[in-house]
Amino acid sequence: MTESHSEVVSGAWSGGGSPYAMGSKKLGMWLFIVSDVMTFTALLMAYSYSRLANPDWPRSVFPIWPAIAFSTTMTVVLLASSLTMVMAVAAAHRGARGAAVKWLLATMAGGLIFCGLHVTEWFHLIEEGVRLFENPWGSPLFGATFFGITGLHMTHVFCGVIYLGVIAWGYGSSRFSDEDVEVSGLYWHFVDLVWMFVFPMVYLMSVKY
Amino acid sequence: MSGHGEAAQEAGHGGSNRLFLTVWITLVVITLGEVYLAYLHFPAVTMLLMLIGLSVLKAGLIVAYFMHLRFEKFGLFLTLVPATIFCIGMMTVIFPDSLRLLNIRLMH
Repeated sequence: MTESHSEVVSGAWSGGGSPYAMGSKKLGMWLFIVSDVMTFTALLMAYSYSRLANPDWPRSVFPIWPAIAFSTTMTVVLLASSLTMVMAVAAAHRGARGAAVKWLLATMAGGLIFCGLHVTEWFHLIEEGVRLFENPWGSPLFGATFFGITGLHMTHVFCGVIYLGVIAWGYGSSRFSDEDVEVSGLYWHFVDLVWMFVFPMVYLMSVKY
Repeated sequence: MSGHGEAAQEAGHGGSNRLFLTVWITLVVITLGEVYLAYLHFPAVTMLLMLIGLSVLKAGLIVAYFMHLRFEKFGLFLTLVPATIFCIGMMTVIFPDSLRLLNIRLMH
C-alpha cells in the first residue's frame, strides 16, 4: 500500500501524472489567461479609480453615432468570431482539417474587422481632440486610460489573429495537432471575455444622451 | 450535423453546435440588453452594478461553454476560479481611497 502510494507520488512529481486530465499546453494557456485576467482587472480598476477620484472626469462622452453603434457592432463581431472559433475546435476534434482551417480563417477575419472598426472609432475621438495626455472635456487621464485599455485589448486581438494564422497554417499542413487548435481557441475566447467588461465599463457607462 | 455525430461530439468534447449557437444568441441578446440599459436614466452605481452583473453572466457563459471549463475536471475550476475571484476582490480595496481623494479635491 505504502509502496504503491509512493510510486504514485513520485510519478506525479516526475511529470508522470496528469491531475487535470489535460496536456501541458492547455494547462499553460489557462495559467496565462489567469495572469492576463489580473492585468486587465488592474487596468479597469485604475480606470474606475480615476473616474471616481476626478470630479472633472468626462462622464458623457460617447454619442450613439458613431461611438456606441461602432462599439456595439465590434462586440457582436467579436462574439461571432468566438462562435466560428468554437466551430474550428469542433472540426479539429473531428479531424476535419479543411473545415477547421476555414473556421480559423473566418475567426481571423472577425478579429481583423474588429481591429478595423476600433481604429476607425479611435480616429473619431482623436478628431475631437482626445489624445494620450489630453482631453478637451476634462481630466487628461481619460485619454491615457481609454487608449491604454482599449489599445492593450486591440494588441491582444491583433496578436491573436497572427497566432490563429500560424495555427491555421500548422494544422492545415499537419504540423500541429487538434490540441493546438483548442489551446488557441482558449486564448481567443479570453480576448472576447475581456471585451465583455471593457465595453460596458468604458463605453456604456459614459454614453452621451 | 447528424444527430449521431452531434451526440458523439457532445460525449467526446462537451457541447453540441446547437448548444453553442444557443449560448451565442444569449450573449448577443444580453449585449443588446446592456446597450438598451445604458440609455435608461439610472443612477451611476445602479447602472454599474447592473452592467457588471450582466458582464459576469456573459463571462460565465463564455468560460463555461466556449472555453469548455464546464466539461473539464472540477479540480481545474477549483484551482483557477476561487483564487482569481479572491485576487480581483483584493483589488477593490483601493476604492475607498478614490472617494477620499474626490472629497479632498472637491474641498479645494
